[in-house]
Amino acid sequence: MAQTQWQGASVLVDTRRIARRGALYVAEYRIRNMLKWWQAILAFGLGNPILYLTSIGIGVGTLIDRHTNGAGPDGVKYLAFIAPALLATAALQGAMDEVTFPVVHGFDWRKVFFAMHAAGLTGKQIAQGVMISAILRTIFTVGVYWSILWLFDAFDSPRALWLIPIDIYLGACFGAALMAVSAYMKEDDGWFAIIGRFVIAPMFLFSGTFYALSTLPLTVQWVGWISPLWHATEVGRYFSYDHPIPGHMLLVHIGYLTAMGLIGLWVANRKFALRLAA
Amino acid sequence: MPAPEPEEMMISAKNLTKVYGDFTAVDGIDFAVARGEAFGLLGPNGAGKSTTMRMITATLQRSGGDLTILSKDPDLAGPQIRAHLGVVPQSDNLDTELNVYENLYIYGRYFGLSKKYLTKKIDELLAFAQLEDKRNAKVDQLSGGMKRRLTIARALVNEPEVLLLDEPTTGLDPQARHVLWDRLFRLKEQGVTLVITTHYMDEAEQLCDRLIVMDQGKIMAEGSPASLIEQYSSPEVVEVRFGSDRNAEVSEQIAHIGDRMDVLPDRILIYARDGEQALAEIIALGHHPITSLVRRSSLEDVFLRLTGRTLVD
Repeated sequence: MAQTQWQGASVLVDTRRIARRGALYVAEYRIRNMLKWWQAILAFGLGNPILYLTSIGIGVGTLIDRHTNGAGPDGVKYLAFIAPALLATAALQGAMDEVTFPVVHGFDWRKVFFAMHAAGLTGKQIAQGVMISAILRTIFTVGVYWSILWLFDAFDSPRALWLIPIDIYLGACFGAALMAVSAYMKEDDGWFAIIGRFVIAPMFLFSGTFYALSTLPLTVQWVGWISPLWHATEVGRYFSYDHPIPGHMLLVHIGYLTAMGLIGLWVANRKFALRLAA
Repeated sequence: MPAPEPEEMMISAKNLTKVYGDFTAVDGIDFAVARGEAFGLLGPNGAGKSTTMRMITATLQRSGGDLTILSKDPDLAGPQIRAHLGVVPQSDNLDTELNVYENLYIYGRYFGLSKKYLTKKIDELLAFAQLEDKRNAKVDQLSGGMKRRLTIARALVNEPEVLLLDEPTTGLDPQARHVLWDRLFRLKEQGVTLVITTHYMDEAEQLCDRLIVMDQGKIMAEGSPASLIEQYSSPEVVEVRFGSDRNAEVSEQIAHIGDRMDVLPDRILIYARDGEQALAEIIALGHHPITSLVRRSSLEDVFLRLTGRTLVD
């Protein structure tokens, strides 16, 4: 401590810089933390799509394409039909990983958010930092998954590149909403497992992932209507191969995701600040 | 000790109050901390020390009164104030996912400090905390004392204007406490302003230039450890034990010895100028205690005098 001249925080620390870049410092921490688990993230990012594409895309797809002469749902091959939904699901799960347990870790398990707060970061900056890391994780997941889909010949047109920004947007909007929910959790208590089983799994099954939502009875269709996965899948199919959607419905889908993201972010910002000051 | 001049104040609280519903945790307290001072908040658990600490670390909003930290109002400039403080919380909030070096590095980044600065600073901090050989160790592999030293080192990464420590040695073994005191004493020698909450009177005596004694959200007394002992106690204390069933009876017969007496469930405390003399008088009366001890008067005795209770009940 005596080796160098003690300058003092008033000289060393630029509070305006922290005000501008605080969220990025939090994201830097989260990325460093994420890199500790890179093998698991990579295995999940690669393994999951390969398993799904092999079993459903190729296995079931071959069966369906044989019976429909390659013109399955929406008149495209089955793999092209399910690819936007699978990619959207991956985006959603990638974002989920970054806004659930890390938030409980920050508030409850290790209370690292309180350390950040004591250092001068605000609740809003911490929430935004977590959000940035979730978006980066989504970009990675979507990028890897899209590349594997491409290798599996899932796309007929370069327009499928549209799926990348659409599903990153889905990850960000859903991530913001789930981060808001996580901010209310005092401890895990198995809630994330419940969300996984009773929210994510039904969403995956009843969002027009493997067949058009309209083929389901109306009593079940509502699950799709409230599911961000269905909204993102519809937009993805529209852009990647001209899936028929009325113009106003395109706005509804994007508006739904946007509203979910904005409300989620607003609630999360507020709750983060409240919990840190309690 | 005379109160410091206003222009030297790092922290100034007037009628500081914190209320939770019907419960008043901090009840209109006044104090000030000067630059370079080691200031203590002494009191038992639940006295309001940690609540006060959270208000002066600008992480908890006050319910009433005036509070100025580094010449700023924490309600208006919380993040700016916090960026210039160093905080050691009661419970370590180190990140177990990161190693020792990374904990210091990442914390430094929250202050926007550069990689170049941090690389050099972290070497200094590891040496200060005697953790050089634990540089790449996981936090979970550290002992309790090492974790506390790492948390203190982390709080110094931004070279804070004031270092605030909430119960820094609670839960540590005696050896770890002494190592920590040595580190804090070095900081004090360097002129770092320290604010420490503790319920250990020896810690307060070792480290604090001046302190406030708190109980039930109020300040019971204020001054240097020596002046508080001089004002509220006698120089020496005799502790005698006659057995829990006889203490009360014997106390009546020796009540005239010394300046004052406290009868606790397990022992009698006699406050006197000369402890050995007082003990000799007790024995001369034909009372032979099971155990006896003559010691210097401490802040524990001050607290007992002020509140009628011991610090660690």
